[in-house]
Amino acid sequence: MARAARLIVDYPLIPLIGLLVGLVVVLEVMQPGIFNERWLGNTIKFAIPLAMLAACQTLTMLTGGIDLSVGTVATIAAYVTATATPIIGAPGAIGIAMACALAVGLVNGIGVAFARVHPLIMTLGTGLIATGFLLVYQRSVISTGTAYPALLVWLGTGRTWGLPNGLVLFIPFAVLILWAQRRTGFGRLLYAIGSNEAAARLSGVRVWQVHLALYALSGIIAGLAGLLYLGMVKTASLSLALPLDLPSVAAAVIGGTSIFGGRGGYGGTILGALILTVLATMLTLLQMPEGGRRILYGAIILAVTALYIRLTDRN
Amino acid sequence: MKRLIGANGWTVGLAGLLVLLLVATKLIQPDFGVSGLDNLARSALPFALATVGMAVVVIAGGIDLSIAAMMAVASVTAAVLMDGASDGQAVFAILGVLLVGLAMGALNGALIVLTRVPDIVVTLAMLFVWQGVALLILNAPGGGAAPWLRALIVGGITLPGVPAALTEWLPRGFVFLAVVVAAVWWPIRRSKLGLMFYAVGSDPQAAYRSGVPVGWVRVAAYAVCGLFAALGGLAVTMATGIGEPIPGPYLLASVAAVVLGGVILGGGRGGILGPILAVLVLRLVRMDLTLMSVDPNAAAIVEGLIMVAVVMFGGVLAMRGARHGNGG
Amino acid sequence: MTPDPAPIAALLDARGVAKRFGAVVALRDASLLVAPGQVVALMGANGAGKSTFVKILTGALRPDAGHVRIRGRDSTVASPAGARRSGLVPVYQEPSLIPDLSVADNLRLGDTPVDPFRHWVTELGLPDLRQDAMIRALPLASLRILDLARALAVEPDVLLLDEMTAALPTDLVDRVLAVVRAQADAGRSVIYISHRFTEIAAICDRATVLRDGMTVGDVAIEPGIEDKIVEMMLGGAVTTAAAARKTARTASAEIPRLRVRGLATGTRLTDVSLDLRPGEVLGVVALEGQGQDELFDVLAGNRRATAGTVEVNGRPMTFAHPADAIAAGLTLVPGDRAHALLMQRSVRENIALPLLARFATWGAIPMRDEQVRVGAAIERLQIDTRAQGEVRRLSGGNQQKVTIARWIAQGVQTLLLFDPTRGIDIRTKRQIYALVRDLADQGAAVLFYTSELAEVRLACDRAVVIFGGRVVDVIDAADADEPALMRAAYGLTEKTGVTA
Repeated sequence: MARAARLIVDYPLIPLIGLLVGLVVVLEVMQPGIFNERWLGNTIKFAIPLAMLAACQTLTMLTGGIDLSVGTVATIAAYVTATATPIIGAPGAIGIAMACALAVGLVNGIGVAFARVHPLIMTLGTGLIATGFLLVYQRSVISTGTAYPALLVWLGTGRTWGLPNGLVLFIPFAVLILWAQRRTGFGRLLYAIGSNEAAARLSGVRVWQVHLALYALSGIIAGLAGLLYLGMVKTASLSLALPLDLPSVAAAVIGGTSIFGGRGGYGGTILGALILTVLATMLTLLQMPEGGRRILYGAIILAVTALYIRLTDRN
Repeated sequence: MKRLIGANGWTVGLAGLLVLLLVATKLIQPDFGVSGLDNLARSALPFALATVGMAVVVIAGGIDLSIAAMMAVASVTAAVLMDGASDGQAVFAILGVLLVGLAMGALNGALIVLTRVPDIVVTLAMLFVWQGVALLILNAPGGGAAPWLRALIVGGITLPGVPAALTEWLPRGFVFLAVVVAAVWWPIRRSKLGLMFYAVGSDPQAAYRSGVPVGWVRVAAYAVCGLFAALGGLAVTMATGIGEPIPGPYLLASVAAVVLGGVILGGGRGGILGPILAVLVLRLVRMDLTLMSVDPNAAAIVEGLIMVAVVMFGGVLAMRGARHGNGG
Repeated sequence: MTPDPAPIAALLDARGVAKRFGAVVALRDASLLVAPGQVVALMGANGAGKSTFVKILTGALRPDAGHVRIRGRDSTVASPAGARRSGLVPVYQEPSLIPDLSVADNLRLGDTPVDPFRHWVTELGLPDLRQDAMIRALPLASLRILDLARALAVEPDVLLLDEMTAALPTDLVDRVLAVVRAQADAGRSVIYISHRFTEIAAICDRATVLRDGMTVGDVAIEPGIEDKIVEMMLGGAVTTAAAARKTARTASAEIPRLRVRGLATGTRLTDVSLDLRPGEVLGVVALEGQGQDELFDVLAGNRRATAGTVEVNGRPMTFAHPADAIAAGLTLVPGDRAHALLMQRSVRENIALPLLARFATWGAIPMRDEQVRVGAAIERLQIDTRAQGEVRRLSGGNQQKVTIARWIAQGVQTLLLFDPTRGIDIRTKRQIYALVRDLADQGAAVLFYTSELAEVRLACDRAVVIFGGRVVDVIDAADADEPALMRAAYGLTEKTGVTA
């Protein structure tokens, strides 16, 4: 038991891959023949925006924070892009959308870095305000109609060799995050702050700089995820990516990133996003209502966190 | 400044601010009168109850992010139980909802104490769980409420034998709030349990050394919070006549009102009156914006900005307090 | 030496108490006998196990072996409330009153009878105390008096006072001493923990001395007993193996690397001045809580001073953030390794942390360069890297080496070492002494606080002694034998206005 615990703490990816394979097997047993190339492509396609939003959670959670505004930010980026494209063209619209995403991220960063508001409360608040701005914006531009930039549609819906084109954006993104978390000073500081903020400070780290940059980055990533999602669903909705808020936290937690900081990484999160996507298919097959899903997500977050506390206490 | 915040001056200042806002409201809308107060009371009631619940846990050194979700559970439970029920059955339904609230809160507290996972993470997970529970009970707004319940919080007070003109201006919503808070919080505040809430929030180590059962006190604080959340959920159902499974914006609003009401995040300091006044101030600002025919969405932005600014200010204050404590 | 059997049936009888925390043995065989009518001083140098013993006596910890009996009844109940019921009431060094409640509410919370409490508050010299005063608003001295009055009000059989007079002005000290003595004369017992020999001489009947987790002596207080107690605390055989430093190579003409004048922070650190020169290892000796923590914190930029100046290489400095101190070459190895290390991260990440701390280094890590620097530091400190994946799996000694290696990899100018050898094995200790000397020989300046007095001779050129937040003595390493340091640390040889 103790060895198993050590294994889970040291190599979190192995049990995750096992879990993923196990879920796919169960799914195949529940509905024989479901596992085919088309299903695989679809699963990956739907996992990509989730995995991108979960990147925001992973990076912020490494410092012991969280970003609950990602769903709102992604929605804003998508909505602004869709509605501004007919007026000013795709590049301008995307530029404005990303600027909005960055602005929300910066406000989060300021609240966390300087006022030391708990990230959870801060990002919840900015999410609420940003939603208000979105509603005001919606009333002022509703008449001009919507359009979806061709590039985003290609990324969101196209396939090459059976695989979704979204991977063209996602693979470089994932490689960049995986590289940054291990091989850049910024990545190291995320782990350092989450592991022991006082020690980081004593080593000369100005923690506010890291927080500010981190939440701004989180806003940008959430904006990108929103753009990709827009290309996928081709609908300008005011609640587009909001249902992804909760699963993005769950994906990072399942992927082995500690909500207390200092431990985990993006590799596990990608697997976590895949697991959740497969799980969602399964719950749909089981006709599990939305309420049951939320309970399940909440229970997963609590159970994984409590389990981690147990495991590390023993060592 | 610090003195002022520490003492009752802060509450008095809030009361002054509230009076100023009422005067301003009267200036914006010369018709503002009995029905306006009644509106204010009704819209503020669920916010005020949520805030009292939040204030209790914050005083005891915690926070409950699941408060709005617990309100949703209470609201739909009440609506489902009372749908088509007689007046007498409705009374039992209400008692049941209050018990459900106590149980939800106690479960939150017990999970925090037993798992040793920080309160903010546990209640975040439970936020999702209670949201799910509410949706399972009622998929979409629906159910019903006993008509006499609505009568409890709508309109002015009328007392037999007293001329209506004397009492009419006082909205039943305010009276309901006052009665509920007096019935639940006052006995606790005056008992040793109330002292223990403050003690655990102020300095758990010193509380333990003074013989306070810290774990149990935490569970009790969350249970009281759950009870107020249930009352808040009931108030939603009372006001609308249906159950609402999607949580309202009560979480951030209650945290902001608690901070604005002079309760320090981190625990041990503050009371209940300040946060209630803060709720009225925040609601009145919203009402004034509506009266000035500001776009309701823009009003929501202003309200959100005020709340975030208040919470950020509270964060700075808490940081100062911690530093001050260390320096001594 | 074993404790004499108590002359009369002891009111408190603790025998053979042992306690270990993981691999660390905090108490081996501690005993304490207190007869009715006696005030017994409980004494021990830093790390002797005193605080663990107190926690066991007061029920905050359960012992692994041995017993604690009060009036013959076992009282090893793991809760403060349990110990209280059995008749032992402690007054801790830090007040255990709730800061946000009024005096009256605090009394209600602890079920303290009000009238006796009032009586004692008046007796102890605070007749004007208002019952509705908030604890937070009261000065520390009043809180300690309140805590004592609260304890006296329940008429305890055994009163345990931990550094009771530490924050009190002299007039209150006299009243407290008188009340304590009167308690004993009325047939109750008092356990009195203090660093102040004058007080012990004034009111105590006996002293029980702890060393290395064992009770090593139980003596009657009589004139001239101080030297004997100091000797017992140190352990008869004062280390002679220590090769005294040959010469203090301080060239006084040189500008000091670090010049501190009149440094103060609030109440703990009141007035410290010292000079530290390149190539010098300056020891700092103090009993616990005499202001040394604050001194190191201020020098490391982790806390602001309220008065005084700090100069580095002749230039006045104020540090708003540890990064400022590091930029000025002042690097801290804190006393608690948990405050310095990223426990869940690798040895490499821990050592490289300061290299990446600045905004300019946020980009790609120069992996080769990092490898070389970290490798060199690991080699120089001989860190055992078998469990390098997570620092928390290293032994205490290796963890300590990692916290030092962090600054070696950066290049050391002024090293602030706060008790770097506490709780680590003798071999690692020797390596650290050698390293410190080595660094000094290469031109570094080292400020070295140690709770182990023998280390002054092993590693330092000189030592400043701090007592009550002030420098009370400066001793050359050649003269720094343990009895001399101990007497100075207890303020027995106090000189005024000393600058090192």
